[in-house]
Amino acid sequence: MSAVIGNELKDALLNDETKKVLIDPLVNNNPITLQVLGICSALAVTSKMSTSLIMALALTLVTAFSSAAISAVRNHTPSSIRIIVQMTIIASLVIVVDQILKAVAYDISKQLSVFVGLIITNCIVMGRAEGYAMKNPPLESFIDGIGNGAGYSLILITVAFFREIFGSGKLLGYEVLKLAKDGGWYDPNGLMLLPPSAFFIIGLIIWAVRQLKPEQREVVDYKIMAIAHGEDGAAHGNGGHH
Amino acid sequence: MEGLVSLFVKAVFIENLALSFFLGMCTFIAVSKKISTAMGLGVAVMVVQAITVPANNFVYHALLKENALAWMGITGVDLSFLALLSCIGIIGALVQILEMVLDKFFPALYFALGIFLPLITVNCAILGGSLFMIERDYNFTESVVYGVGSGFGWALAITVMAGVREKLKYSDIPPALQGLGITFITAGLMSLGFMAFSGIQL
Repeated sequence: MSAVIGNELKDALLNDETKKVLIDPLVNNNPITLQVLGICSALAVTSKMSTSLIMALALTLVTAFSSAAISAVRNHTPSSIRIIVQMTIIASLVIVVDQILKAVAYDISKQLSVFVGLIITNCIVMGRAEGYAMKNPPLESFIDGIGNGAGYSLILITVAFFREIFGSGKLLGYEVLKLAKDGGWYDPNGLMLLPPSAFFIIGLIIWAVRQLKPEQREVVDYKIMAIAHGEDGAAHGNGGHH
Repeated sequence: MEGLVSLFVKAVFIENLALSFFLGMCTFIAVSKKISTAMGLGVAVMVVQAITVPANNFVYHALLKENALAWMGITGVDLSFLALLSCIGIIGALVQILEMVLDKFFPALYFALGIFLPLITVNCAILGGSLFMIERDYNFTESVVYGVGSGFGWALAITVMAGVREKLKYSDIPPALQGLGITFITAGLMSLGFMAFSGIQL
């Protein structure tokens, strides 16, 4: 019996669909840069690597397990109350994560403040529940949750990396760039520790990704026209109108 | 009284939910393309925030806090771990009730705000406001002021953002930066502006 389940698991883990579900959300279909989901917490906890790693882990686990649980009950849930069912499952999982964090890593849970609780309203979790788990079996939904959680984690950790190394010259609390006030050469950029820098870094990441992958660019609904010179230019300029 | 005024100013400018805690970002980015829609959503958030924060405050202090059940004669019970579940439940229920009341008694208002209400249940700004209220241990009066103030701050931020984005149409942005990218950079600059208030002592 267990061998059968083991084989099924292996098949499920090795086929192409699974790989797509797992790898796609990292760059090609990243929940943050492309779908604009779940950025709230992504920005607020990124001033240090340690907090963002914990946050990334918490969100990935909640997304994976809530997707699996919601998918397991998907055929028994009337569609009129599905949001309430999803919310209850997600909220219960978040409470578990929150309590574990408070018990195991109290300092970090204090720094994360309300943002662990806010995983409940994180659009990635709800989005995957509604968009994937309601239509697919539990195992696939679990993997989809891991994939999307990883896509979120990737952005979160990238932002935290830049903010911590330029803001305080450290990574995970270890000194990397020696600060000028301790006799080194690096003068920390205080802006990196303040909220606006997170916006700038996400904006720049999106710029970089879309420069490399033009198919992710948005359809522009307006365009700057070149100033028309003479008749030829005027005819050309008219073409640019919508 | 002075304390309450200072709390209000703090909630609107210094600790603006959108720009210094990044709450409600998904809708903040998605619905800030036109000033009129942005303002509609802003008002809806403010109304819901002003109702849900005090309601959650009441439930938390009457039922969930450590020894809160003493009025029933039960002591030594600490249900505060249920705060997350009760907050989201109360928010969902209140938004639903608000929607039905508006539909029945104020149809004009319902047409203006109705489409935004379901969106608001899962808006991080609303849940965040209630969780901050619990974390900072506000009393009932403070929670009313904080609810109105933080909602107003969010409405202000999204309206200003929509104004900036309407003007952005006339600027020449590199193709890869258009849309989402430039919106984030703009939000960062606005957040810098709001941070200027942080030195104010009242």
